[in-house]
Amino acid sequence: MTRTLRPCGDTGLLVELDALDDVLALHADLAADPPSGTVDLVPAARTVLIRVGSGVDLAAVAADVRAREPEPVVAREGSDVVEIAVTYDGEDLDDVAGHTGLTTEEVVAAHTDQTWTVAFAGFTPGFGYLVGVDDRLHVPRRESSRTRVPAGAVGLAGEFSGVYPRESPGGWQLIGRTDHVLWDLDRDPPAVLRPGTRVRFVRS
Amino acid sequence: MIIVRATGPHTTVQDVRGRPGHADLGVGVSGAADRRALALANRLVGNDAEAAGLEITLGGFAADFPTSGVVALAGAPAPLTIDGRAGDLHRPVVVPAGAELRLGTPPTGLRTYLAVRGGIAVERVLGSRSTDVIAGLGPAVVGEGDELPVGPAPGAPVPAVDLAPPPRADGVLRVVLGPRDDWFADPGLFLRSVWTVTDDLNRVGFRLEGPELGRSETFAEVELPSEGVIRGSVQVPPSGRPTVFLADHPVTGGYPVIGVVLDADTDVAGQLRPGEQVRFRRV
Repeated sequence: MTRTLRPCGDTGLLVELDALDDVLALHADLAADPPSGTVDLVPAARTVLIRVGSGVDLAAVAADVRAREPEPVVAREGSDVVEIAVTYDGEDLDDVAGHTGLTTEEVVAAHTDQTWTVAFAGFTPGFGYLVGVDDRLHVPRRESSRTRVPAGAVGLAGEFSGVYPRESPGGWQLIGRTDHVLWDLDRDPPAVLRPGTRVRFVRS
Repeated sequence: MIIVRATGPHTTVQDVRGRPGHADLGVGVSGAADRRALALANRLVGNDAEAAGLEITLGGFAADFPTSGVVALAGAPAPLTIDGRAGDLHRPVVVPAGAELRLGTPPTGLRTYLAVRGGIAVERVLGSRSTDVIAGLGPAVVGEGDELPVGPAPGAPVPAVDLAPPPRADGVLRVVLGPRDDWFADPGLFLRSVWTVTDDLNRVGFRLEGPELGRSETFAEVELPSEGVIRGSVQVPPSGRPTVFLADHPVTGGYPVIGVVLDADTDVAGQLRPGEQVRFRRV
């Protein structure tokens, strides 16, 4: 696994990787045994950001990261799958069909036929970036983003699918909506979708 | 309890620590924009380091104290009055029962921190009492009429004498170039230029006015996959105008970061106000 280490101030180190699978593998490895002084791990599409406390020796963290040989992460068969019921009536369903060359019915079938895995979280609390097993639904973001996307909106962007946990601005292509509550501070943990969580979408 | 009578432009409850370690939930760190000032104010009233205080932006704050309290102010030097009588900053001040505390507009700096002995005892969310304006976590932004609970007095006494060093204000922020300085045609332009803080400013960050930081040819048309950012990151959108991220920055960002301000200097950055000039010095 090639990794490029980039500086991120005096309390961070950005590790750049070739593919999302490498991100998942390195993140799992780091999370299981974090480098000394680690405060936060922020996995993303091609990077893992390691944030450390003030005064921690970043050269030692870099050496630790270089020495690791992470195992690929395999989806655990039989592990829990979160089922999310979706009404597929999103405003961008026709556009997604246009981008993918599928009919809207085939878009819905592609979305419900595969198991998705949360690669990382971000954007807003409880928002998980879900990756599928094939690239049929890879679509660009909308050309202009919406100032208000309602809570529960289900969307696609790039290689990801996601569900907006609360109303927010957003540029993803919306294909449906769900009543599933993805963020609830009265739960522990409050987020349903955390890195590694597997998801199936079903028609409601 | 204290009763808020005026908030000025923006007042929130903040603690020093914020919410580290929750990036897997999509939750950022948050906490005081100038942690050093809040830590000092807490120390002056004998609070423990975890105690929450009020972050008051550009003064204009007023509150009634139904019972007596001990307060201290640090950060931007907003003039303090207790029932109309002037009080000092950077030292513990007793507010008698029934008195009104009032802050004017600070002549310098942006954010004043008010520590109350016992701390602002709102409920913790994910380990912190801080308001995160971008994530919508923690207590609501402080409003007129709010009754803010004050915790029990800590075991430590109010220190008799304490050192309150004045904040650095030389308009220089130390920065480490990268992680994406290679995306820019001339990263040196970032270091050579004098930047002006714009009024596009909040707890998430502030935008800078100055020369346009153009992309290098290699990266002119490339879109950056979102990646983790930290407090102090200087992110440059396609407009070429940098934004410096503060306490409530998003967990990930989709534009290249040309440099990251040293952690200690982000507290200095949290005191910059619109119109001020700032330079970045590489370390």
